[in-house]
Amino acid sequence: MKKLCISKNLKDNIITYGIVILAYIIVQIMVSTGNMSSLMQGLLVPLCVYVILAVSLNLTVGILGELSLGHAGFMCVGAFTGAFFSKCMEDVITIGLLRFILAILIGGISAAVIGFLIGMPVLRLKGDYLAIVTLAFGEIIKNIVNVLYIGKDSNGLHISMKDSLSLGLEPDGQVIINGAQGITGTPKDSTFTIGVILIIITLIIVLNLIHSRDGRAIMAIRDNLIAAESIGINITKYKLMAFSISASLAGIAGVLYSHNLNSLMATPKNFGYNMSIMILVFVVLGGIGNIRGSIIAAVVLTLLPELLRGLSNYRMLIYAIVLIVMMLFNWSPKLVELRKRFSPRRLINRTREVQ
Amino acid sequence: MAALLEVKNLGISFGGLRAVDDFDVSIKKGQLYGLIGPNGAGKTTVFNLLTGVYKPSEGIIKLDGVNITGLKTIEINKAGIARTFQNIRLFKELTVLDNVKAGLHNHYKYSTVEGILRLPGYFKTEKAMNERAMELLKVFELDEEANLLASNLPYGKQRKLEIARALATEPKLLLLDEPAAGMNPNETIELMNTIRFVRDNFDMTILLIEHDMKLVSGICEELTVLNFGRILAQGETSAVLNDPQVITAYLGE
Repeated sequence: MKKLCISKNLKDNIITYGIVILAYIIVQIMVSTGNMSSLMQGLLVPLCVYVILAVSLNLTVGILGELSLGHAGFMCVGAFTGAFFSKCMEDVITIGLLRFILAILIGGISAAVIGFLIGMPVLRLKGDYLAIVTLAFGEIIKNIVNVLYIGKDSNGLHISMKDSLSLGLEPDGQVIINGAQGITGTPKDSTFTIGVILIIITLIIVLNLIHSRDGRAIMAIRDNLIAAESIGINITKYKLMAFSISASLAGIAGVLYSHNLNSLMATPKNFGYNMSIMILVFVVLGGIGNIRGSIIAAVVLTLLPELLRGLSNYRMLIYAIVLIVMMLFNWSPKLVELRKRFSPRRLINRTREVQ
Repeated sequence: MAALLEVKNLGISFGGLRAVDDFDVSIKKGQLYGLIGPNGAGKTTVFNLLTGVYKPSEGIIKLDGVNITGLKTIEINKAGIARTFQNIRLFKELTVLDNVKAGLHNHYKYSTVEGILRLPGYFKTEKAMNERAMELLKVFELDEEANLLASNLPYGKQRKLEIARALATEPKLLLLDEPAAGMNPNETIELMNTIRFVRDNFDMTILLIEHDMKLVSGICEELTVLNFGRILAQGETSAVLNDPQVITAYLGE
């Protein structure tokens, strides 16, 4: 009985990893046989970014059970610190992959630190209040990045919040983060392969965390805070742990995102609350707490607008309908029941009985 | 024998309301102690004071000679008090087994990194945790349901699971808040046996709040009766239950 339970978790995880690897192989075959349009190929890295974001947000929303609307802010932190590092080190570290791995680590760690600092005051709040405050912090991060000027010259780094002239750079200096114009000319290190590897690393971290002592404590807090406290679980520690890990994974997604773009700007579209809400839509439609669902929802909802491009005017209409249908399919009690009745496993059992 | 729990002059006010006043109790090791009283007498408030949910306005709580007054809930649990709740508080979306394993949290440790990277420490500790948790579940005849979600258990078993989870934290003192609430007479008798079994086999000291007089008179060795936040009577069960003051408080004039 006990064995069965563990192997069931394991089986579930293997299916999730399997789906990712299978998708990767299919895409690689399609690319090498020339069956994929350049438009779709351009979507591959953003797809990885969204999958990582959805999985990481699910750690906060589904496993910790707190609604966070500032996830794009942590992505922003990762994107800018990662791109900043790569830009600074472009001449120093010439091996692209090594530089990118370091950028990913730095992006992830800085997002985790920011997540920790924001989490300390914010996680004292509950429910809607927490959602509103995280939303505000996400916007604050974006707006700070928008007025941030950092330049580099022979004297070292110069930081200003006013404009690029007040940096007082030497003639040989170079402005790296140029306020609202952001970072331009980040080395294009992101590839689909690295993206998929990062997805798998994200999955390993999140899935293994869930099925460990710490994950159990986090879910215990979600299910009943008072009871969790009464059996000696440190609430603050585990809330902060889940929140920081979630933020750091979002930061990693941000690094991947920024190294796919020529010019990185913090606009409302990519790091604003629109993005946070979109990630939340992936999580909710994929099923709160359901990691595999997040992946599938992120992929479907990112590809759909592109696939429907041919229908021009009706594109967003169909997108909206798909959103509603997915929501019903996942959450309506009647449909959930129906789905169980017609699940493949059940059908197989029934055919066996008939035989 | 020395007292395990020593409470002196415990009191708390909520605004102008004196919820508990001048509460003294002394519970010996291995004792089955009952706390009774009419609705709103302050019984659960006493539990909340003992477990650090509320900070007492005055008074001293000593567990095994150590002053634990005013400590946080987590620290009090680590010091050795575990409790169950009047309205069941299980981790509903976790399995029965995981509920107990959550209770083992502070006794079986490995680091986060070991957990994420699945280092040998993870497998070793998880295995030990599974074994210990199954042992506890067997005691409460819940081992068959180990992989069910806690919310899918029938009511009586949910109560048992809460006790199992509390015991998993290896307490010195177990507080049971109305363990028989909502149970039918057969279930109550079964519960009485379980409580006795826990006391004998885990060397446990138990303080329980209960309304069911059959259960109280059946298993409690000593009683404290609360009324309007004050102690009405205290002492051996049979003496207390025949106290005319207690009978008046329960049945009216």
